[in-house]
Order: sequence, then C-alpha cells, then structure tokens
Amino acid sequence: MSAFLDHLPEFWEGLIVTLQLIAASFAGAVVVGVAITAMRVSPVGVLRGIGTAYVETFQNLPLLVLLVLAVFGLPEIGIKASLLVTAVVVIALYEAAYIAEALRSGVNAIAVGQGEAARALGLTFGQSLRHVVLPQALRTVIQPMGNIFIALAMNTALAGAVGVVDLTAAANRVNLMEAQPIPIFIGAGLAYALIAACAGFVTGRLERRLVMIR
Amino acid sequence: MSSLLFDEPGPRARRRIRIATVVGAVAVLGLLALAVRQFAANGQLDADRWQPYATWPMWRYLLNGLWSTALAAVVSAALSMAAGLMLALGRLSRRRWVRLPAATYVEVVRTVPALLLVYLVLFALPRYGLDLPLFWKLVVPLSVSNAAAFAEIFRAGIGSIERGQSEAGLAVGLTYGRTMRLIVLPQAARRVLPSIVSQSVGLLKDTSLGFVVSYAELLYSGKVLATYNGLLIQTYIIVALTYLVVNASLSKLARVLEARTPQARRPRRSLIRA
Repeated sequence: MSAFLDHLPEFWEGLIVTLQLIAASFAGAVVVGVAITAMRVSPVGVLRGIGTAYVETFQNLPLLVLLVLAVFGLPEIGIKASLLVTAVVVIALYEAAYIAEALRSGVNAIAVGQGEAARALGLTFGQSLRHVVLPQALRTVIQPMGNIFIALAMNTALAGAVGVVDLTAAANRVNLMEAQPIPIFIGAGLAYALIAACAGFVTGRLERRLVMIR
Repeated sequence: MSSLLFDEPGPRARRRIRIATVVGAVAVLGLLALAVRQFAANGQLDADRWQPYATWPMWRYLLNGLWSTALAAVVSAALSMAAGLMLALGRLSRRRWVRLPAATYVEVVRTVPALLLVYLVLFALPRYGLDLPLFWKLVVPLSVSNAAAFAEIFRAGIGSIERGQSEAGLAVGLTYGRTMRLIVLPQAARRVLPSIVSQSVGLLKDTSLGFVVSYAELLYSGKVLATYNGLLIQTYIIVALTYLVVNASLSKLARVLEARTPQARRPRRSLIRA
C-alpha cells in the first residue's frame, strides 16, 4: 500500500490528465455527434451519406489504431500537434460515432405524430429538429449516453499506450519504479471505478428528472 | 423523397437541397484535396513509398498478423461468452450467494479499463510466478473484461423472454434448470444474436491491445513493419483499412441477422428511413 501512497503526486497528475481527456473529448464528441445525427436525418442525400459513412468508419476501426495513426502517422505529413490535443481530438471523433448512433435510435423512438405535428404547424426542418425532435431524442438517450460516457472514460486509458501520461500510464510508470503491481494497479482501477460511479450517479439523477413517460 | 421530418420539397426547398448537396460535396472534396496536398508536400505520395504494399511478402506478414488477430478474437470470444452466460445465470439465480458475486464481478469489471487489466496480467501475474505465454497475456484480460459485457447481453436477452414461457415450462413439470436450457435460453440466444455479433466486433477491435502486449496481431505487425521499412503512415493506413474491411463485414452480418429476427420483421413507422 505504501507504494501507492508514496507516489500520490504522480497519481494525482495522471488523474488530472485523465479528467482533462474525459471532459474535453466528451464535449467534442457530443458536438460532433449531434452534427452527424442532424446530417443523417436531413433531406440532403449527400449529407446523409457522409453521416452514415462517418459512423460506419469510426465504429469499425479500433481506437488504438486511430490513436497510433494520428500520433505516429500525422507528423509524417506535416501535421504536428501536442500529444494531449491529438489524443483528445481522436477520442472525440471516435466516440462521436457512438453518440450519433445513440441519438439516432433516440430519434427513432420519437412517436411519428410528433414529426407530423411539427410539420402541420409549419415548422421548417431545422426548426422541427431544434424544437421538437432533438430535445425529445436527447431525453430518451440519457441512459445510453451515460454508458457511452463510461466507455469513453475507460477508452481514455488507451491514450496512455501512445505516450500521454494519464492515470494508466502513471500507474505503469510507478510500477516500473516500485515493482508492486497489485496495490498500484488496484489503486488506479479504484480511481476509474470512482469516475464511472459518479457518471452513473449523475445519469441516474438526470434520468429521474428529465425522462419522459409515454 | 418524402420522410416524416420534411415535406415533399417545393421549388425553393429543392433549390436549397441542391445548394446543400453542392456545399457538402465540395466540403468533402476539399478535405480530400487538402489531405492529398499534405501527403504530396511531404513526399508521402511518392510511388516508392507505396510500392512495398503491392508486393506479396509485406502482405503475407500483415495477413499473418490478421490471422493472429482472428485467433485471439475467436478464443477470447468463446471464453468470454461461456463466462458471460455463467455470470448472467448467476445474476438471475435465486440464491443470494451466487447472485451477489456475479453482480459484483460485472459491475466492477465494467468500470475498469481493459488496458489496466492488460497491465495487471502483464506485470502483476509474473511476480506471483504465473508468466503466461504472449497469446494468453492478451486473451486473458480481454476475456475477463468482455465476459462482463456478454453477461449483460445474455441477462437482457433472458429478461426479454415472456414470463409465460418459463411458467409454462415449470407448469409441465420441468425443473428450473431444464426450463432454462430447453425453453428460455434457445429463444434468448436467437434474440440477442445481433448484439452478440456487434459485441464480437468490439472484441475484435480490443485485440489491437496486442500492440501493448507485443503479441504479433495486426496492429503490432504493422508496428514491426513500420519500424523495419520506415513507412509509418502508409503502413498504419493499410492496417486501418484492413480492420475496416473485416469489421464492416461483421457489422453487416449483425444487421442482416437483426433484420431476420422475428420481432424486427414487423415494419415500424419511424421518423427516419433506414
């Protein structure tokens, strides 16, 4: 246990990096995911195609492959960014595909009458999306979004495999110095479990407050 | 061209759609042109930097990697499905001492990154005299983490079978075990088949953690090749495309299976077209 307590500063720094990764990439993923969903339900064929191709591509590529491609490959074609930024962008783009898919099922779950009513009132496509469809879709997918958030938090660990010193990488480094894997990795695991538990608690509260009973 | 979210477009809407089509197409082409320009400006488009991937030895090496990926994926899928079924039955058991550990396992493993499990197997087990071969260093953590996911899928499937089915089984005098085995599980298995296939795609994606373990699956083979021939971006693009082709075919299979499951056959009116 002392191996864990002696290196609290390293763990703390790693935890901060992990939290930054989670917050920044989730925010980015939600923005991109909503945009992709809007494209996928739009009347413009090309945009629907782009949206579908995006989701298909990013859901079928391993995140680690994308991270390796971005971290080691992009500098080769003259695109240089800091490790943390690269990791955030890649994770955000990757998880956006999952958010778009969840939102799409949310849109699917909306009663058909809602869309018809919006049209009957004379709302344009953009208006009915903004005022009628998306607010309801977002509410029905709180639980899936919470699950995506937890999966995203777990996936940020992969950034540790390409050189970002997040919680997992910090644990690995401390272990290389102390060679006491059990307390060190269990300590790091507890931190992740705590993050996931907080996310579960928040989604539970949100769901109780916002969910619509039909 | 009608959907429930928008009317049959009139002349103005048609013009807007045309404009949006052009803008979208131009944006995509612009991005592509930008990417090509970046590649060309850094000399990454030169024929001799792509030539190696038109030769058999390079592909043979990568295909060997793909074979190892498939092997690791199949073995961990089998292990984690078996464990997942046990865990799902455990969570539904009437005995608390079975239910509690199963639930704890699922909830704990779901909230620990797979990479952390890999590190645990990689560094912790050897200290206690358990130095597994490389293959198992990848397969064991993957099975441990995916067992929880499969358990949740099976539990949802068993829960979705109507009560009357198991009640009927018990009423005709079958034991609890036989009701499960003969009546509930076969129906549940068919119902969750699409989820199982898509979870297996996820598992196949997870095998890229072999990169960390240095087990020679597809991504690690790509790394070895890239170090050997110095063609970083080319190699990783080829590797990514290979993953894309394999996984997209599996996902397509999941959709076909989903379309064939009985309850999905009824067409449901929805806001967006498939």
